[in-house]
Amino acid sequence: MSSAAAAPVPRYLLEARGVRKSFGTTEVLKGVDLLVEPGKLVFLIGPSGSGKSTLLRCCNRLEEPDGGSIIMDNVDLLSPRTDINAARRQIGMVFQSFNLYPHLTVQKNITLALRKVAGMSTADANARAAEMLALVGLPDKAASYPAQLSGGQQQRIGIARSLALNPKIILMDEPTSALDPELVGSVLAVVKDLRARGITMVIASHEMNFAREAADKVVFLDGGLVIEQGSAEDVFLRPQEDRTKRFLAQIRH
Amino acid sequence: MTAADAMSNWDRFVFTFFNADIAMKYGWEILQGAGVTILAGLAVVITGIGAGFGLAALRAIGWKPVNFLIIVFVDIFRSLPPLAIILVLFFGFPNIGIVLPSLIVLWMSLGAVLAAFAEEIFWAGITSVPKGQWLAARSTGLTFAQTLRYVILPQAVRLGIPPLTNRAISITKNLALGSAIGVNEILGRANSALSMSANATPLTMGALLYVLVFIPLVIASRTLERNYRWGEH
Repeated sequence: MSSAAAAPVPRYLLEARGVRKSFGTTEVLKGVDLLVEPGKLVFLIGPSGSGKSTLLRCCNRLEEPDGGSIIMDNVDLLSPRTDINAARRQIGMVFQSFNLYPHLTVQKNITLALRKVAGMSTADANARAAEMLALVGLPDKAASYPAQLSGGQQQRIGIARSLALNPKIILMDEPTSALDPELVGSVLAVVKDLRARGITMVIASHEMNFAREAADKVVFLDGGLVIEQGSAEDVFLRPQEDRTKRFLAQIRH
Repeated sequence: MTAADAMSNWDRFVFTFFNADIAMKYGWEILQGAGVTILAGLAVVITGIGAGFGLAALRAIGWKPVNFLIIVFVDIFRSLPPLAIILVLFFGFPNIGIVLPSLIVLWMSLGAVLAAFAEEIFWAGITSVPKGQWLAARSTGLTFAQTLRYVILPQAVRLGIPPLTNRAISITKNLALGSAIGVNEILGRANSALSMSANATPLTMGALLYVLVFIPLVIASRTLERNYRWGEH
């Protein structure tokens, strides 16, 4: 399997193997594999505390894994020689609580990294921001501040901000959990649009209907381990493991 | 008490505190003191807040030995009475060969005190910016320094403005302590006019001038707070 990482055209865009992470004495990830093929949408499900967020954060080293390997598009993310700031440009991240910069306009939220990391001119960055805003359906919000937007709008800006850097993959950490039910649809519509554009995504989420509709693979995580994975059909309709069955029964209520 | 007595008490009060002749005689000199107070005040505010900001940013980097030194400095200068610092610098330091002009001593002392308080205020602001802001910024490839500069510090500054303006005003008012080491600021000049004229009117003028000097600062701080609302209503 390790030879796959060295191959010129990797089968997996993201290949995390045996990832371990502890906080103090609590082992949150106990050796997790997460394999994502290019252009696919992978759903991470599992109870809170199962390690979904930590796994996503290990994938761009916002959390430093204690062990395992993470290869992103042939780049060993855990190697000390890897420029992690450069690598992170390739890995978009969307957060449960949006984490927009409250002191900056929507436009500047999107262009900050374009200007400071990607080195784009302000004019080019603004043009790129306009393009992204159109893509998430908020073309007239460039001058607004985050506090002036609804949660669903803020999350679409969050997606636009990560998408603007043209990442190879976008990691979404419960992108709709903080939203009122009537706002979830607008965000999922954007996600579906990204999928249609062939953008690789890993989404930690409990939107099961959406997962059944859009996910290429569902990974069930519990207690820091992958318990079961497969197509959305298999995992949701024909779960093999008792823990999976129990979890699905809980979230259906 | 007769009406005449009451009148004469009132007259004595006016003669002592609101004496037009004395005011005319010493007015210009005390006004010049206001110039010294304003200049020294600006110097204290700019250097104090600037240094405090720099120290807080430095502390955010998280080098343990540096942070230890910052905390020692901050805790000492927050506990010392400004007058004690002024007296040590002015009367103590010449004994080890460091002789500083009184105005410089005043500026350095109050500047250091304000820097200490400002550092704590900015630091509190930095630590109260939600962790998600760091995560979001770093996830887009911004470096630690860029995140601090473009994302964290602007928010920390906003959180710090109300306590900072209060602190800056209360420390700058201590410029009056300069009169103890012969700085010709408002109170120093009012004091000497008081001794020369044996009349308290110069003190009234001094008090009035302090109000005139500091009210704009109070108003400016309110404007500053308003300008930092970022689309909130």
